[in-house]
Amino acid sequence: MSALLGSLLRIAALTRKELLAVLKDRRSRLSLLIPPVVQALVFGYAATYDLNHVTYAVLDQDHSAASRQLLAGLDGSGVFERVADLTRASDIQALIDSRRALLVLQISPLFERQLQSGHGATVQLIADGRNSNTAGTAMAYVSGIVDAFALRWGADHHFDPPPLRIVTRAWYNPNLETRWFMIPGMIGTLTLIQTMMLTAMSVAREREQGTFDQLLVTPFRPFEIMVGKALPSMVVGTIQAGGVLLVAQLWFRIPFAGSYATLGAGLLLFLLAAIGIGLLISSVAATMQQAMLYSMLLIMPFSLLSGLTTPLSSMPRAVQYLTAVNPLRYAIDITRRVYLEGAGLGLLMSDLVPLALISALTLTAAAWMFSHRMQ
Amino acid sequence: MKIPPKLRRIRALVSKETRQIVRDPSSIAIGAVLPLILILLFGYGLSLDVKNVPIALVIEMPTPEALDFAAGFELSPYFHPWVTRSMPAAQQALLEHRIDGIVRIAADFSRHIAAGDAQVQLIVHGGDANRARIIEGYVQGVAGVWSARRAAEGGAGAVPLVSVESRLWFNEANDSSYFLVPGLVVLVMTLIGGLLTAMVMAREWERGTLESLLVTPVRTEEILLGKTLPYFALALFGFVLCVLSAKFLFHVPLRGSMWVLFGASMLYVLIALGIGLLISSWVRNQLVASQLTMLVTFMPAFMLSGFLFDLRSMPALVRALTYVLPARYYVALLQSVFLAGDVWSVIVPNTLALTAMAAALFLASRAVMRKSLE
Repeated sequence: MSALLGSLLRIAALTRKELLAVLKDRRSRLSLLIPPVVQALVFGYAATYDLNHVTYAVLDQDHSAASRQLLAGLDGSGVFERVADLTRASDIQALIDSRRALLVLQISPLFERQLQSGHGATVQLIADGRNSNTAGTAMAYVSGIVDAFALRWGADHHFDPPPLRIVTRAWYNPNLETRWFMIPGMIGTLTLIQTMMLTAMSVAREREQGTFDQLLVTPFRPFEIMVGKALPSMVVGTIQAGGVLLVAQLWFRIPFAGSYATLGAGLLLFLLAAIGIGLLISSVAATMQQAMLYSMLLIMPFSLLSGLTTPLSSMPRAVQYLTAVNPLRYAIDITRRVYLEGAGLGLLMSDLVPLALISALTLTAAAWMFSHRMQ
Repeated sequence: MKIPPKLRRIRALVSKETRQIVRDPSSIAIGAVLPLILILLFGYGLSLDVKNVPIALVIEMPTPEALDFAAGFELSPYFHPWVTRSMPAAQQALLEHRIDGIVRIAADFSRHIAAGDAQVQLIVHGGDANRARIIEGYVQGVAGVWSARRAAEGGAGAVPLVSVESRLWFNEANDSSYFLVPGLVVLVMTLIGGLLTAMVMAREWERGTLESLLVTPVRTEEILLGKTLPYFALALFGFVLCVLSAKFLFHVPLRGSMWVLFGASMLYVLIALGIGLLISSWVRNQLVASQLTMLVTFMPAFMLSGFLFDLRSMPALVRALTYVLPARYYVALLQSVFLAGDVWSVIVPNTLALTAMAAALFLASRAVMRKSLE
């Protein structure tokens, strides 16, 4: 009993010392607490595939009531800004090349006559494909407006309505706002970077400064040193995750559908996995530069191949298998499903089990490395 | 021939730094191996193309019209349909993320088709809104093709009153790797450049070797140059690897000229290195320097450069912030040089912005270093 108590006391002392080392310096304190919140705010606004400002130009060769009505639909949508009225097709190139207009809409001189004939009219749409995703979204917006125009024009001119309509409903995110998808995903992403680096570098720093040897001559057991290194990162990670969650709820007002306990359990498991990887790195790295290099080598793929910005299902199968070892992938899935869908622990098993496995494996491996390198 | 002492000092510093690089393989790893691994992994891994979407086709009554309509989904390369009669089973599958959407063809579909007022219900998982919108577009497409075919066959379909004929310039095949790969080059170079120098200077400060350098006749700007040049060469090597893989592995066309590409990239590498130098001479601590470099380079270049997300749709305040970000100009340059060619109206302003930034960074690093010496 007293052995356990002694161990706990030693861990508490080491944790305190580690927290002091991290938080004592004002610069490093700020560098741990401010960035996640600021990033969540800025990236929360920036990271969206939704468009609210599309510049376009028009080459209206018809100048009819119908073409004016169509253009009024675009201009009145609040999304499209007309930057030029072209008179010649040869002007299109320069406008798109210089990125002044994302889209150019070309209405042929026969537009209204074709409409009245009932055989269907065609408008040409040219898009700047340098970012083909943005262009695709903008073109879909135009199609929606053109369809709405056709429906109204058809009704006004006594055409039959189209015989088939698709009625779409989106679950969990009725207005299809990308922000609802991105910001919950950032809880894990923004936390991962610093939690993992902090853990990885803290041992490396002691090694480089020679204080690690001093730690070894104290009565600490390797296991206790490891826990003492892990706990402060856990505290920092939890605070960071909490900060980002607050930004999502209080600032961006994204409704939280699930339970905080479920989210907390998932995030703690994720932090454990991240710290386990960090500890493993620190047990391998000899210098801080190496520790940083290894962390970086993992953090970049972890954050880019996590499903945050591009879906996992669009990746080739081989890469999808590789992401099985990426803890962030599971954390993002957990936060999104708990946050937006209110998923319970039962539905999340496919994420929780791999996270538990990653934590168990990395922590055991790190503990083994520590005790072996120390002797 | 007598070499001026200034050049000799710089040459000595460069050769010292080069020796250090050669002896510590981690710098070479950052400069050459890291870019290659990253570009390969991301080039293959990142894609926004949506294909083979798993959907449930709920056919409540298998009438000829319903089956005919459903066939459009089975033939489409964009869908991987699972046919069922049970709506609850489909909803459960959507809940468990086994499918991305449900197309429900109701029992009275045929009757409504005959009456000319049929509806097909589409439920998409709205979580990933971008993907959901793309899926919705595909479903509309299948329905449109079906209607037009029925009309052509004299059935109760109809040609749409207005159809939009779209053309995607610079990327006719709508392949998302065309814009992702040039963007990735920017990300990789940003990270590599910043990291290479951030650690080096901070390490010299931590170990106190910079002070000993200062008692020699070497001047501040000579130290800066001596630190920059070897890493500049290393980062440029990484860049060449990135461009080669973009062209030959991912088949991204390079429509602009080589020298514009290299000129702009050399400028950008200088800036990335400069950011690392500035941060490390300011904080003088490897731990903080590396975290700060990661924070101010990687994530902003990822989120705020226009690489993925459209700059024009960001709120004014955030958009203003992107103007101080060098990655923004470099992304614009690379996407144009790779896909559109030498568009001078894009190249000139962006290159000027980068040049100004490089100069400002050099002056700032010199000022910070001079100040910390006193």
